[in-house]
Amino acid sequence: MSAVLEIQGLQKTYRSRKGVRRALDGFDMVVEAGQVHGFLGPNGSGKTTTLRTLLGLIRPNGGRMAILGREVPQSLPEVAGSVGAIVESPQFFGNFSARDTLSLLADAGGVERVRVDEVLELVGLRDRAGDRVKTYSLGMKQRLAVASALLKNPRLLILDEPANGLDPGGIREMRTLMRTLAESGMTVVLSSHILGEIQLICDSVTIIAAGRRVAAGAVTDVLAQHATSSVRVRLESASDLTASAGALRELGAQVVVEHDHLMVSGLAQPSAITRALAAREVYVAELSPVSVDLESVFLELTGTAPVAGEHRQVDQTVMAQAGPAQGGWGQ
Amino acid sequence: MSLYTAETRRLTKRRFTRFFLIGVVLLLGAIAAGMFLTNHKNTPEVVAAAQAKADREFQQAVVQAEAERKACEAQAQPGNDCSQMWTPTREEFQAQWYMPPTFNFRKNFGDMVTTLAAILAMAAFVIGASFVGAEWSSGGMMNLLLWRPQRLTVLNTKLAALLAVLTAVTVLLSAVWTGVFALVANLRGTFGGMTSGAWQSILLMELRGLVIVLAAGALGFGLASIGRHTAVAMGVAIGVVVVLQAGLGTVLAMAQVKYLEMYLAPTWIAAWMNKSVELVDYNAPCVGAGGTCEQPTLTLTWGMAGVGLVAVLALVVGTAMWTLRKRDIT
Ligand SMILES: Nc1ncnc2c1ncn2[C@@H]1O[C@H](COP(=O)(O)OP(=O)(O)OP(=O)(O)O)[C@@H](O)[C@H]1O
Ligand SMILES: [Mg+2]
Repeated sequence: MSAVLEIQGLQKTYRSRKGVRRALDGFDMVVEAGQVHGFLGPNGSGKTTTLRTLLGLIRPNGGRMAILGREVPQSLPEVAGSVGAIVESPQFFGNFSARDTLSLLADAGGVERVRVDEVLELVGLRDRAGDRVKTYSLGMKQRLAVASALLKNPRLLILDEPANGLDPGGIREMRTLMRTLAESGMTVVLSSHILGEIQLICDSVTIIAAGRRVAAGAVTDVLAQHATSSVRVRLESASDLTASAGALRELGAQVVVEHDHLMVSGLAQPSAITRALAAREVYVAELSPVSVDLESVFLELTGTAPVAGEHRQVDQTVMAQAGPAQGGWGQ
Repeated sequence: MSLYTAETRRLTKRRFTRFFLIGVVLLLGAIAAGMFLTNHKNTPEVVAAAQAKADREFQQAVVQAEAERKACEAQAQPGNDCSQMWTPTREEFQAQWYMPPTFNFRKNFGDMVTTLAAILAMAAFVIGASFVGAEWSSGGMMNLLLWRPQRLTVLNTKLAALLAVLTAVTVLLSAVWTGVFALVANLRGTFGGMTSGAWQSILLMELRGLVIVLAAGALGFGLASIGRHTAVAMGVAIGVVVVLQAGLGTVLAMAQVKYLEMYLAPTWIAAWMNKSVELVDYNAPCVGAGGTCEQPTLTLTWGMAGVGLVAVLALVVGTAMWTLRKRDIT
């Protein structure tokens, strides 16, 4: 398999009157051909910045990027015909209809006009295509955006939060559409916060936090690497929860106190839990390994799990606390 | 080429462009109608009536002056020289001053060309600004750049499409404008003296008007592109008019600056359209020989105005391209 999209050591620092903000800090990413690739990260972690840089809208401060084996931004004009993209809920000129908007884009990009009606059909806007975009609902605008990205019948499709504002039916249709497109050989890069969705449709993921990659690889691999140690512990008496959590932390475990149980991770053997608690005369009522989903892996990796009594601020992530990252995990 | 057709289509499809042009056409129609209604042809009857009126007024004035001189002499105060009093002359009562205005194509059409150019230039500025400004603020520009990642090509093609449409509109309206006023001259004035030289100079003036229109369009386009919003171009235009023109004019007048009109844009536009403008230094003492008063003058030519125009255009459009190349699009 060849890489359709490669990013190495990407750096981007925004400068404004308020000072500098390091949005990307040596970010790496690889997407293989024919995959549906999930691009995940908390708010403000740099996903949109990465995609904008990739598509030549903003200038990076360092690093290299390649699309379809060609260096960008130098070769962007040549590869642009094979890349369809939407970046963060694109807006369209409100007084034109969807059909006008798309046919103007088709003209500008040298795409045949018949394709306009094809994509309108594909995203379900056929009957409303003559209405002014201004009168569209959020989800309808989003569908139009997806239609504009599909117009070129691209080899690489980049969608930044395409599900934003879609209804449940729309999300499911989008999922089927992605799969169909991938089966036809298109590579899809999908950024989204709906992790259940990502887990269902993506072959592989890249997780970004604070401008750096924290995990990457096939969805199953990423899950497997973090599936090991999380255990739900229920005690006979809920009043012992806090004290027990302290005892387990002394063993080196990470413990999250829930209202009637503990979530314990970072211990090789679950038996260590029962032994330690029994020694304090606390008895375990339930000890069950938790099958991780992408969401919990994401929260763990990015350090953005909610903590009771705290309001996490947007830039508070695992990377911000841990300082410089030790390269990418995963691969 | 495909991008060019798309941009032309985008520009002409916009309701703003259409409504604005319709407004301009209505305004021009109103001006033409006004000129038609206020001018009259000098038929022999009109001339005779005016002559009669002039004679009558002259007679009245003579009688009145005579009466006043009599009254003066009757009082006969010392130091009162009654022979110095005004006596009306024939020249002071010419028939043409008693005629209704008439439209002399050769003499008056130049002003109408300037009027057309000024109105179209204002429209071109606004249309140019909103063409690119609305694209920026609606996010359409970003979409387009995702499609065609060559920023300068996109901006230049947009500008070319704008200028081509403006040229077509200006040429068309100029032709209609000329036709309408030829008609007005025929019906409500005179069309005499239109030699081929006169036609040529009108054509050249219309061409200079076209240049003003295109320059205004490019300026609006450039300013809105630099500010990435229509409002920026509008703000700059209003700012220039209010602060620089009105404010600067007042300050310069108070400071008694020599040839202060030189610092005001309308002077330069007049110089461009009429080929030259003569400024008089009214503050200077008279230096004429034999009691005549000749104050020093300064002549601004259309060549000078052209150089200034090119400089401003190059600055604004150049900056627009440079910022587009350099700045991030977010
Ligand atoms: N134009 C800009 N000027 C300054 N800082 C910016 C700009 N755009 C983004 N940033 C900053 O860069 C960081 C990354 O932003 P980015 O939009 O890439 O996040 P994201 O991962 O797309 O987040 P979300 O999930 O909320 O869409 C944020 O801290 C943001 O504040
Ligand atoms: Mg984003």
